Amino acid sequence: MLNRQGRPTTPGAAVESAHPTFTGNRALQQEEPLIFEFGRTDVIGVDLDEPAPVADRLGGLKRKDTIGLPGLSEPEAMRHYVRLSQKNYGIDTGLFPLGSCTMKHNPRLNERMARLPGFADIHPLQPASTVQGALALMDELAHWLKELTGMPAVTLSPKAGAHGELAGMAAIKAAIAARGETATRNVVLVPDSAHGTNPATAALIGFTVKAVPAREDGTVDPAEVAKLAGPDTAAIMLTNPNTCGLFERDVVEIARVIHEAGGYFYCDGANFNAIVGKARPGDLGVDAMHINLHKTFSTPHGGGGPGAGPVVLSDRLAAFAPLPYVRLDDGRFSLVEHAAVSDQSPLGRLTAFHGQMGMFVRALAFMLSHGADGLKQASEDAVLNANYVRACLADLMSLPFGNRACMHEVLFDDAWLKGTGVTTLDFAKAMIDEGYHPMTVYFPLVVHGAMLIEPTESESKASLDLFIATLRDLAFAVRDGDTARFTGAPYHAPRRRLDETRAARQPVLRWTAPAPVAEAAE
Amino acid sequence: MTTYYTKDHEYIRVEGDTGTVGISDYAQSQLGDVVFVELPSVGKALTKGAEAAVVESVKAASEVYAPVSGEVVAVNGAIEETPATVNEDPLGNGWFVKIKLSDAGELDGLMTEQQYDDYLKSIS
Amino acid sequence: MRYLPLTDADRREMLARIGVATVDELFTDIPERMRMAAPADLPRAKGEMEVERHLGAMAARNVSASSVPFFIGAGAYKHHVPATVDHLIQRSEFLTSYTPYQPEIAQGTLQYLFEFQTQVAMLTGMEVANASMYDGSTAAAEAVLMAHRVTRRRKAVLSGGIHPHYAEVMTTLSDLAGDEVVRLPPDVTATEDLLAAIDDSVSCVVVQTPDVFGNLRDLRAVADKAHAHGALLVAVFTEAVSLGLVEAPGAMGADIVAGEGQSIGNALSFGGPYVGLFATRQKFVRQMPGRLAGETVDADGRRGFVLTLSTREQHIRRDKATSNICTNSGLCCLAFTIHMSLLGESGLTRLARVNHANAVKLAEALAAVPGVKVLNETFFNEFTLRLPKPAAAVVEAMADHHVLAGVPVPRLLPGAGLDDLLLVASTEVNTDADRAAFVAALTEVL
Repeated sequence: MLNRQGRPTTPGAAVESAHPTFTGNRALQQEEPLIFEFGRTDVIGVDLDEPAPVADRLGGLKRKDTIGLPGLSEPEAMRHYVRLSQKNYGIDTGLFPLGSCTMKHNPRLNERMARLPGFADIHPLQPASTVQGALALMDELAHWLKELTGMPAVTLSPKAGAHGELAGMAAIKAAIAARGETATRNVVLVPDSAHGTNPATAALIGFTVKAVPAREDGTVDPAEVAKLAGPDTAAIMLTNPNTCGLFERDVVEIARVIHEAGGYFYCDGANFNAIVGKARPGDLGVDAMHINLHKTFSTPHGGGGPGAGPVVLSDRLAAFAPLPYVRLDDGRFSLVEHAAVSDQSPLGRLTAFHGQMGMFVRALAFMLSHGADGLKQASEDAVLNANYVRACLADLMSLPFGNRACMHEVLFDDAWLKGTGVTTLDFAKAMIDEGYHPMTVYFPLVVHGAMLIEPTESESKASLDLFIATLRDLAFAVRDGDTARFTGAPYHAPRRRLDETRAARQPVLRWTAPAPVAEAAE
Repeated sequence: MTTYYTKDHEYIRVEGDTGTVGISDYAQSQLGDVVFVELPSVGKALTKGAEAAVVESVKAASEVYAPVSGEVVAVNGAIEETPATVNEDPLGNGWFVKIKLSDAGELDGLMTEQQYDDYLKSIS
Repeated sequence: MRYLPLTDADRREMLARIGVATVDELFTDIPERMRMAAPADLPRAKGEMEVERHLGAMAARNVSASSVPFFIGAGAYKHHVPATVDHLIQRSEFLTSYTPYQPEIAQGTLQYLFEFQTQVAMLTGMEVANASMYDGSTAAAEAVLMAHRVTRRRKAVLSGGIHPHYAEVMTTLSDLAGDEVVRLPPDVTATEDLLAAIDDSVSCVVVQTPDVFGNLRDLRAVADKAHAHGALLVAVFTEAVSLGLVEAPGAMGADIVAGEGQSIGNALSFGGPYVGLFATRQKFVRQMPGRLAGETVDADGRRGFVLTLSTREQHIRRDKATSNICTNSGLCCLAFTIHMSLLGESGLTRLARVNHANAVKLAEALAAVPGVKVLNETFFNEFTLRLPKPAAAVVEAMADHHVLAGVPVPRLLPGAGLDDLLLVASTEVNTDADRAAFVAALTEVL
């Protein structure tokens, strides 16, 4: 199944600005050139003495050409990047209801802890005797993750959610190989509502993907799974709570059906934030689940990474975890970096070192700050906030699966926009003008014109009330036929709607020096 | 010259034993601005329902399936250069491939233009 | 709990608006017997001070690189990061933003990604670069997969000079995908015959320079033979600073360049997060994995940037995607690009000269220690020593003398009969006093 639902990607006609400025700046919004347009190759923003000459050991492989990299002095660099930052929307700017992404508050204590020299300034290949505290931290993080999920094992090295999926599915593949069933057990069941990474991961490592249609209420029907499951079933990849914002209420039965067929249950843990302290995946029959530390445990998203995706594993898969892992013997921690000959696991490394240590520190700081009690409260508040948004908008916007309790995110579709001339995309862009980051749009693919709202536990009631009032005002504007407010939006952002068609048809992926202007003929 | 349609929104316009395959006007409008197409090589044997080409817009992608079995006898290289033609003239210059039909009987399973119009009404 | 704004009164009011009596009524889809009766068996909430005390005690048990003479490299390097870099990457609008899916309010991220892509392309001597991968090792593994897509072949040849961890990542991924890998034996002195391994069945040859033993490799002959057989040359590096002094892989015929960018702007951080650099030729761009920022215009005709060519990616192509990668290494790219623009061409090339000079001085000093031999003909800032004793024991003993001396080769390649080899790196952070301490400690423990 591919994503077949397009949307407009060229902007409409321009509207002249009422009060143009000489610079193009608008007060605090500064236009900023590329570093290549004002940096100079002979400017250095880092003072460094030229070394005394030595007889080089480069064997004739010294670089011959110039590179062309522009340099900036420190004040120029500071201003350039500060101005760029001011064109970005972050969680610290305002409500960021991006469904499935869990944009919660990023405590600065976690930043401070990750920058302690004892964590930030240690090398992955130092002797174990000099990094006992780092290994202890990994061990403690592992303990928290195992306790919260009810799973007996965890591998920390995956670098992001999709990398965690790869680790988990690779463990499943290795377990199937150990059973001698590689040739016959090669189908992975993936519901239509799954994140795109699920089928991509399964296909990457040689599994055949079979789609499981969702039933009327947006969840997976175990009877449907039973029809598809058989001796060729390697695994099911199920997101729970799912991307429609619903808990898969038949998850235990689905797990039973898959296990009975001889397959494994991979759970996409992207939405774990809804159920921390309320239910444990291990009790639900899960064999492997990645945990997005950058979602549930608040390591900063940083404009698209870095993430971290540890994977918890059941007893059946624990032996097939990738290298390396931490071991404790007689009070001393060590890293197991190579497979012993006796080792059952044929799965090697998935990354150069031991994982995203900087993210481990932040996630553990977040867990310690909340405690078991606080994490449970956070999940309850996240679910409460999403349901509050649902209850307050259900009369104006359409809920594809009825007005029933959701988990930590609520899914609307575009049925309520039909015939108005306003699309999901237009509505999202109008939210930008109101000072909000839009919700996730056009995902999941199982509903038309999806709008997935995840407020997280970080929002106060006052903040939610203003957000709800804003969306209601926008909804009334749709109803009243004020389409220009939507179709031309955003009007007030650093940029108006961008021409994505042009970007894709004539890709310009780097700066190149403009051709010299020809001398005017005399 | 008759044009047939599939439920996946491909059309095939048949002249003699050759059919011109493309995507319907509805399909191009659903995809949005087309930015890339991937075409098969001439001479490739296609079976009915197999992937014949891929068409991509900025935010979506779709396989184009062979409506009937046959051999690819021509591909429309022009839409690789100017994918916008698929949006502008899907039934004319925006065609994808020409197939030499191996079994004209397979056309019986496809929809006529009238049937396809009714089908579109039923799914919208 | 300081992070949770709702009061109990708020919660009651909201529950009433929703029309339920308790929050548990919102969780009824979870089968009742599966709901946790008691909280997990874990500590309760802690204030900032307590967390700082707890984690501070753990951090204090580690020996940080800045606290001792430090010479460890092998894929991660201790460099000085300007204070400006760490300040800027903590700007709220960078730190707490998401993947720029709404470009009108993400021009900051998109513009620095565009600048980053250009810097990486320039540095590697390639035409285009993506917006980064997880790290150098995963970038290298993705390069192999990409070469398979381009050539429609499924066999990679790995030089014996590739960092063993990188080779393992490439092997793991290839095994999972069912592709073939030919891994040449460890090649300490860069004397392997790579040309003999290239034939018409090969999709790509993967060569690292400087290699894991520190040797610089001339890629030209390998590139020529690979191209003659319809194969690609994948060039790998783990020390980005080397590109300031050594010939760019693009100038030596590489088709794909994959490397680690940690050295520029990013802390050691015990192995992550780092930033994978990935560059290739324009003609292969549609086969490239990962995110790409591209230039365009907005409705008012002003220049702007968007993520583009995203139909290659998993959220649209799903099981037909070029890669399963979803995340890039956003904030680490930002650190890289800020540090790189502070350096500029003059600063980067000078930094590279300082690194090389320090390594040359260290190599000369160590070569004078009785029983010690420097094995490299060529190197940038890292080289291999042969010691008269097992290297692992020497490193442990030197750690007791408060010198972190390098990486014993058997830690990377156990059972390869290379137990007496030690990898030593020297960067701009090392002083004459550091070098003297190294020589003294080594002389002492041998």
